[in-house]
Amino acid sequence: MSHAFRLSFTVNGEPAEVLVDSSKTLLEVLREDLNLTGTKHGCELGECGACAILVNGEPVLSCLALAVEATDSHVTTIEGIGQGGQLHPLQDAFADLGGAQCGYCTPGIILTAKALLDRTPDASADQIKEALSGNLCRCTGYLQIIESVQKAAEEMRLRPDLQVRGTET
Amino acid sequence: MGVIGRPRRRTDGRAKVTGQTKFADDIMLPRTVHCRLLRSPHPHAKIISIDTSRAAAHPGVLLVLTGKEFPIPYGVLPVSHDEHALCNDKVRHVGDPVAAVIARTETIAGDAIKLIDVVYEPLKTIATPEESLATAEPRIHEYGDDGNIHKAVAMQFGDVDAAIAGADHVFDDIFFFEGNTHLPLEQHATVALKDPEGKLLVYSSTQTPHYLHRALAKTLSIPAAHIRVIATPNGGGFGGKSDPFNHEIVVAKAALMLDRPVKIALNREEVFYCHRGRHPVQMRFRAGVNNDGTFTGLDLQTLLDGGAYGSYGVASTFYTGALQTVTYEIPTYRFRGCRVFTNKPACGPKRGHGTPQARFGQEVQIDKIAEKLNLDPADMRLKIVAPPNSLTANFMKIGTIGLAECVRKVVERSDWKNKHRKLPYGHGVGIACSSYLSGAGLPINWNDLPHSGVQLKLDRSGGVTAFCGATEIGQGSDDVLVACVAEVLGLETYDIRAVTGDTDLTPVDLGSYSSRVTLMMGNAAIQAAERARELLAEGVSAKLNIPKDRLVFADKRVFDSQDPNNGCTFQEAIVFAEAKFGTLGTTGSYTPPRPPAKYKGGGVGPTPTYSYTAAIVEVEVDPETGWLTVPKVWIGHDIGRALNPTLVRGQVEGSVYMGLGEALMEESAFRRLPARLSNALVHKFPSILEYKSPTSLDMPEIFTDLIEHPDPAGPFGAKEVGQGPLLPIMPAICNAVYDAVSVRVDEIPCTPEKILKALQDKAAGKPARHGPKSFPDIKWPETLHVTPPWEGGDGRASNEPERKKRTAEAGIEVKAGITIARDNA
Repeated sequence: MSHAFRLSFTVNGEPAEVLVDSSKTLLEVLREDLNLTGTKHGCELGECGACAILVNGEPVLSCLALAVEATDSHVTTIEGIGQGGQLHPLQDAFADLGGAQCGYCTPGIILTAKALLDRTPDASADQIKEALSGNLCRCTGYLQIIESVQKAAEEMRLRPDLQVRGTET
Repeated sequence: MGVIGRPRRRTDGRAKVTGQTKFADDIMLPRTVHCRLLRSPHPHAKIISIDTSRAAAHPGVLLVLTGKEFPIPYGVLPVSHDEHALCNDKVRHVGDPVAAVIARTETIAGDAIKLIDVVYEPLKTIATPEESLATAEPRIHEYGDDGNIHKAVAMQFGDVDAAIAGADHVFDDIFFFEGNTHLPLEQHATVALKDPEGKLLVYSSTQTPHYLHRALAKTLSIPAAHIRVIATPNGGGFGGKSDPFNHEIVVAKAALMLDRPVKIALNREEVFYCHRGRHPVQMRFRAGVNNDGTFTGLDLQTLLDGGAYGSYGVASTFYTGALQTVTYEIPTYRFRGCRVFTNKPACGPKRGHGTPQARFGQEVQIDKIAEKLNLDPADMRLKIVAPPNSLTANFMKIGTIGLAECVRKVVERSDWKNKHRKLPYGHGVGIACSSYLSGAGLPINWNDLPHSGVQLKLDRSGGVTAFCGATEIGQGSDDVLVACVAEVLGLETYDIRAVTGDTDLTPVDLGSYSSRVTLMMGNAAIQAAERARELLAEGVSAKLNIPKDRLVFADKRVFDSQDPNNGCTFQEAIVFAEAKFGTLGTTGSYTPPRPPAKYKGGGVGPTPTYSYTAAIVEVEVDPETGWLTVPKVWIGHDIGRALNPTLVRGQVEGSVYMGLGEALMEESAFRRLPARLSNALVHKFPSILEYKSPTSLDMPEIFTDLIEHPDPAGPFGAKEVGQGPLLPIMPAICNAVYDAVSVRVDEIPCTPEKILKALQDKAAGKPARHGPKSFPDIKWPETLHVTPPWEGGDGRASNEPERKKRTAEAGIEVKAGITIARDNA
């Protein structure tokens, strides 16, 4: 049996406190209780990667995580990676280079790529492919996605202040 | 050109990368209640009774609906209105919906559907096309050509038997293409509500808001003008959201009854039940070919496994035979196609709609012919490429054709001449070509109305808004709309707002399918923008005393071509024109030219212009395991002109990706449950995990070449790109496998198991081939005889049966004594 649970955690750098049903997934709480609908769902079984977010900087499939597990953690969603009114370099690159077609897998892919680049700023194409291999995209054929990540990595190397923003603050 | 041809960020790019694109399930409205559907566990059964009392009494349940609430049938084609929003007398596949619960939460609705008691009387399951052909009773539907045959057609263009008999060689090949599904990442979702005026408003992930609009008006018996459908951007479509769907009608009805927003978001398993994916197709190609590789005639038979409903199936059937002749010169041709009903989710249009299956067969057969005649398969294709500006044997009108250039390009870039039949054992290259429509030449609902309309609003703020019914499904239709308008008016795309896919606000566009949007909406947008430019030019000319024909629209200004400093800003131009004419607005429309094919069935295949593609694929095959990898693909696409090369490349690469998935792994396979359970016919794989599709690790290098010779029919010369480049991938892979290990896999998907089996057969001295061994006997209807154009034919059949009498004004069709009310035409 489920019961109501008071969840407090940090979402996109701001404290959040919600009363949620303890059987709810983190995905459901983000979308339905916090109205952060940028996080998507494609299967709700951990198969497609559309719901990927960052928890304490690590990519997590939010459809497989219970909301209670996020207690006291730092959660980053697609709504939280821009800074100072500017898009994150990954967002700019995906928009410019065709990395997003329908845009449904895009938030999960951008966050997974961000986790990679925060850790491995000079990630190779093979490392990018490997990191994104759990995120399905049915539109692009992945190549423009990989190029977008490479372009963003280049941009971030030129601007080191961008590298870890939005993850912990 | 300021905008056209420049690689650009798409107009909706920022929304997509920030997560702000509102997909249907992202719409969260106050007081929303949630719907779940109870689906049939039987593939084929009569519904004896439904008791909803326990579900209705469940706490939190607001409404329970069954088939008796939905007596009026619907379907996307006027000839196949064979669906009910909830089944009312029988179920036809596992997953067919029989009841709906609307409750306070999705969880409560999901619990309550389990409390509905349905008594079924199982009927014989018809699992395969062979069973369907052999089983006249029970019929899955009480309509169709005969027994469980939905549609059978036969047509002939010239004396094909004599032509094949007179050829130097006759090739007779049988192929099979397994079904597969779209697998869009976004599961279908719909939110319906009464708007503040009490009218129905439906948000849905649909590629075809216009057809949904019609289906809602018909099934709910409400005037279409009192229904508003808003197509939310689709999280991928690929054809899978082109039909009006039962869940859309159910939540619309529920919203009207409850006066609350009602939402349904399908789970992944349910998306597999919606399906409308690639038809499994068996094919037999008999070809007469002379020693030089030229065809004397082609005799094609196809058998489509349609699944449980009509969907677009009649069109799909014709499409399996429509485009063979627009790629290569085929002087005589016979096509016979048959679609049968089976107790599986309905098949329909998936990227390439009906043409990839027969394209696969034709391109592999050409590879076999080239091998036998000792011709290079690329050279042979160059020799038989269809001529430009010509009529084919079946009266398809070809305009520009860049296929030869596509072939030469990929041959050169891949170093084909040094690879084909020259690589070491286990390595191979294969080539294939294709063609596709830039939008269907005839509408689904026969009428004389435009296929696409665009409306522009210009006001004194300097703002321009473009309204069009087209639907953004990821392909970039909003970007094409604003780009065409921006180019004509000398603006940037950021200066123009697109309002699309809203039946209240936007003029009708038939929808995002058939690769029709760029060409049709683009032409309508150009017409609307040119009319706006004319008004602005008159205003500026009168105000600034510059002759109208000297005015240039560029860089957000309107100025004198002889004195660029003499002019005004775009905004000032609007003010001058608004002062002169009053409120400014223009429209544009596009209607395709009347096709020359007049015979019954000739309405499927015509288009304003065909796109063409050639692809070469390199493969590696491990002879020990049959394991197949694809390291490189070279592809040339005849695009006419690339409006936004970034998006065009994305469509080409996305097509290659989807083709690879179909070729290597994707299949909609079914199995029987054990007898102790129910023996029911169910999906093997109704999940993303088990329905394998390629990941980032599976992608080859892709070398894309766009062949750009502007086509007079296209907006700024553009042809389609969303579907055509998928088509050559599957046959090119099978041809490359043959080049690598000398075995034929005449079947899609081409899996390692099949390659290994063929290698083992070959080692045992059996035919080095895996594939179907026979094509079923089908009782074909009388063949329509159409004389080809070069023998004096006029596009009609000499033995045309009596055609449907149409009374367009009354919206009534009369067919074989049955009166079918055409939906709200």
